Amino acid sequence: MEGAGADPSVVAAVADAHRGEWAFVLAATVRVTADLDLAEECAQHAYAQALTNWGAAGIPDRPGAWLTTVARRQAIDLLRREATFQRALPLLIEPEPVPTDEGSPVVDDRLRLIFTCCHPALSVDAQVALTLRLLCGLSTSEVARSFLVSEPTMAARITRAKKKIASAHIPYRTPTARELPERTASVLHVVHLVFTTGHTAPAGAELVRHDLVRRALDLARMLRVLLPDDPEVIGLLALIILTGARDPGRLAEDGRLVLLSDQDRTRWNRAAISEGVDLARQALLGRPPSRFALMAAIAAVHDEAPTWDDTDWAQIVSLYDALVRIWPSPVVALNRAVAVGLAEGPAVGLSALDALSDEPQLAGYPYLASSRADFLRRMGSVEEARVAYGEALALTDNLVERDFLQGRLRELDG
Amino acid sequence: MSEYLLLIFNDEAAAASAAPAVGTAMLEEHVKFQQKHADALRGGNALQPTATATTIRSGSDGGSTVTDGAFAETKEALGGYYLVEAADLDQALAIAKDVPRDDGGAVEVRPIRVFS
Repeated sequence: MEGAGADPSVVAAVADAHRGEWAFVLAATVRVTADLDLAEECAQHAYAQALTNWGAAGIPDRPGAWLTTVARRQAIDLLRREATFQRALPLLIEPEPVPTDEGSPVVDDRLRLIFTCCHPALSVDAQVALTLRLLCGLSTSEVARSFLVSEPTMAARITRAKKKIASAHIPYRTPTARELPERTASVLHVVHLVFTTGHTAPAGAELVRHDLVRRALDLARMLRVLLPDDPEVIGLLALIILTGARDPGRLAEDGRLVLLSDQDRTRWNRAAISEGVDLARQALLGRPPSRFALMAAIAAVHDEAPTWDDTDWAQIVSLYDALVRIWPSPVVALNRAVAVGLAEGPAVGLSALDALSDEPQLAGYPYLASSRADFLRRMGSVEEARVAYGEALALTDNLVERDFLQGRLRELDG
Repeated sequence: MSEYLLLIFNDEAAAASAAPAVGTAMLEEHVKFQQKHADALRGGNALQPTATATTIRSGSDGGSTVTDGAFAETKEALGGYYLVEAADLDQALAIAKDVPRDDGGAVEVRPIRVFS
């Protein structure tokens, strides 16, 4: 965005409004344009106008409303001027509900935009890309960088997805009550994926991609406002907050990875922990407890433990037992096995891990090998530990993680 | 409203070797499906097996060759289709989920292209 010569406070206010209101402005503009590309263009125009106007006219009290008005006016102007914008394939827009005396709930257009971006008829890759682009307002090159693909590849992915939305008539509407649980799950999956990708970047020099973690947090907070009564939404928000609260302790001064067991817990973000624990409690009230509520509860037990040794491992194992029942994924089973080892000793943990060695999904997963290595090391089986660390090393491309594993190997030699 | 073609894919070999009662039951399922979605249905047919198919390919010289068999030899073959009218993809998918199919069978939902 052009900001040459602009007042720094105006630039900051526009940047704030971009992070906080982009989805709101775009979603409301789509209603006028019935076209995602044109709506994006008009929303960008509104932000550019803000940069030039807010200096003289002052920053408006409600920046989102100001930006929406400008974007929608621009859309109407363009549509009037150019008959070509009478698109052959307009989005199917659910009409705004006529306010009735029954007091039908007001649906925020952002919710329609979210459910359109995360429609299960789109590939998960495309859902993630559209969500970052349309809801978070990231540029195509930023989205491409986040997922380590080239910009042309990402541009093609986004274009293809938008084309499918238009030509297959994926509607711009909120799901019916019957569809809602399945569709919400698909949205939460996307937000969780953005978070996990940011929390431990699959490759590259940084362990944490703070930009993605922050976007995931923004998205989860937005969902909490839009779907306030959904325990799974509250659970995901709690999980993101509780996991992120430990980030200050995860990296040593020199950028090296510090394991949970060795982290300086005084560096953890206490305010975030207390907010997250509160939310986790609310999320657990859902019956049966949802996947993200249980994951948040596990994170909460870690966050509240005064030290690694004083962690309530029995509690963590029982939460994992509940999680495996509703979400029987090999990765969850792996985490459960690790917790079992911590509750009952490395030998028990090792046999729990070995029970998972035939899981095809874990074959390329570095944590199975590194967890085995850890238990073997604690049992004094140095040679076997060395082999297992070597396997883990062969499976990760994250430089910080590689560095950590090489450190462990050196310790075994020493 | 938009139109969608629901393409039904199934394992021909398995269907051919199944007991006659299985085929009859499947037919009854289709009758039920057609009754339930009568308002949306614009057409549909079952196809003879791919063993009866003939494919015409254009050659590089502008001519064409005629060959025995289906265009693509796959385990799952196109066995039939329905043409439906729906408000949007969600509605079309809801109808497609009801299409009777064998275990492991699949229904592909394709929007009909409109030229304007």
